[in-house]
Amino acid sequence: MAYLEVNGIRKSFGKTEVLKGIDFSLEQGEVLAIIGSSGSGKTTLLRCLNFLEFADEGTISLNDDLLYDGVSEAAAKKKLKNNDKLLRKKRLHFGLVFQQFNLFPHKNVLGNLLLAPTLMAKEDLSFKQRLHFEKSQEFASLKERALATLDRVGLLEKKDFYPCQLSGGQQQRVAIARALVMNPDILCFDEPTSALDPELTGEVLKVIRELKDSDTTMIVVTHEMEFARDVADKVIYMANGVIEEAGTPEEVFGRPQSEKTKSFLASRKNL
Amino acid sequence: MTFFDVTQSLFGGFALTCLIFVFTLVVAIPLGMVIAFGLMSKFKPLKYLLKVFVWIIRGIPLMLQIFIVYFAPGILNDGVNFWNEVDKWFYFNFGVDAGGAFIAVLISFIINYACYFAVIFKGGIEGISRGQNEAGLVLGMTKRQIFRHIVLFQVIKKITPPMSNEIITLVKDTALANSIGVVETILAAKNFATTFPPLIWPIFYSGVFYLVFVGLLTLLFGFLEKKMAFYKE
Repeated sequence: MAYLEVNGIRKSFGKTEVLKGIDFSLEQGEVLAIIGSSGSGKTTLLRCLNFLEFADEGTISLNDDLLYDGVSEAAAKKKLKNNDKLLRKKRLHFGLVFQQFNLFPHKNVLGNLLLAPTLMAKEDLSFKQRLHFEKSQEFASLKERALATLDRVGLLEKKDFYPCQLSGGQQQRVAIARALVMNPDILCFDEPTSALDPELTGEVLKVIRELKDSDTTMIVVTHEMEFARDVADKVIYMANGVIEEAGTPEEVFGRPQSEKTKSFLASRKNL
Repeated sequence: MTFFDVTQSLFGGFALTCLIFVFTLVVAIPLGMVIAFGLMSKFKPLKYLLKVFVWIIRGIPLMLQIFIVYFAPGILNDGVNFWNEVDKWFYFNFGVDAGGAFIAVLISFIINYACYFAVIFKGGIEGISRGQNEAGLVLGMTKRQIFRHIVLFQVIKKITPPMSNEIITLVKDTALANSIGVVETILAAKNFATTFPPLIWPIFYSGVFYLVFVGLLTLLFGFLEKKMAFYKE
């Protein structure tokens, strides 16, 4: 069984079926690129993996561990509360980098990285321990990890800056670092460069390339065809809620089988 | 009547002005928060009930609301108004006039301002992008942690300007208390105009009290806004 197994994911919003049965698998250390025009369901698929949406049907298993089963979850719908400890734990298997960064504007860069792990570490502590947490060994190592992660995305010297003082590309790199600090098994990107000026996309893509070199498992929804071709081990082309074509970059970009894929790729080339 | 006598009397009225101001804020802010959450509730009947309530409270003059709170018990109960009993109770126990009227004023102000605050709070919370909430969720935070550590501060920053407007309006609205005989600053001043010989200048003098009070509040809010200006969205 592959590292990540996604089977038969279906999702509807009202009467609109957005995902009509999505299957794919991914091995550890691989990079999957999901391409397709807007409205094809790419983002919804990513949101289902991160449990921001709950698929109506289908299963998600990671490392032989069944994380999600849409049918049984639907049967026990009340269990799916955002506060659910189990759900929060499941969410942490996946990291998500948003198109709009969604950094916390009132926290500086280091604060953005430390907020969630600090709160999580504090949860199991007594009131007194919580008060002194920032002097603890645990916090020191947490901070060290955050700084190392910032260094990895090349923003160590910006640690005390607020998001509003950074460029879009820098903000997105902070967002990547923030997701990495949680040590996700799979890091997901939702069109990470779509909100950036063209001259700033390079620095973000470079960080993603470096992550690939250090064997981070990633799923990247992207409009950057060249990037998908270079970096991905697998490519999925989605249209109207189904996987129209899947395979290695050579297969999908080089010899696409489906007519839809061909016309999509042709339209992209003309851009 | 010397300047000193007038000042002393106006300070007596100003004490009531301050009491109305402080009590209203202390109770209306938390109550406004409760109403704000009710307005955003997924439970439709509660939501629409509160919407209608807020519409009524914001739709009729505060002075009319004071009259309703103060006079309605008497109309409903064949002319026997328990506020008069409260007035008497205050008079016999503390030797003060219009104690019942004062409480009726507080109730009206609290309900009125809670509704205005609720609308501001609701707007502030809804103005925080959904992305902030989702960013917290994917980092494994609970809803409570997200509200407390991500949403709350941003909301406070966002609502400080409209809240300072509302709070400055409250200072001046306290003058409405004199419509049912509570001797706040302006009524204290006006009382000098009905004595013999009449004194008009205390009425102008009373304005100074409001100016100073509002001036201090303006400084305070300016300071707060500056303190929170360390980030932009």
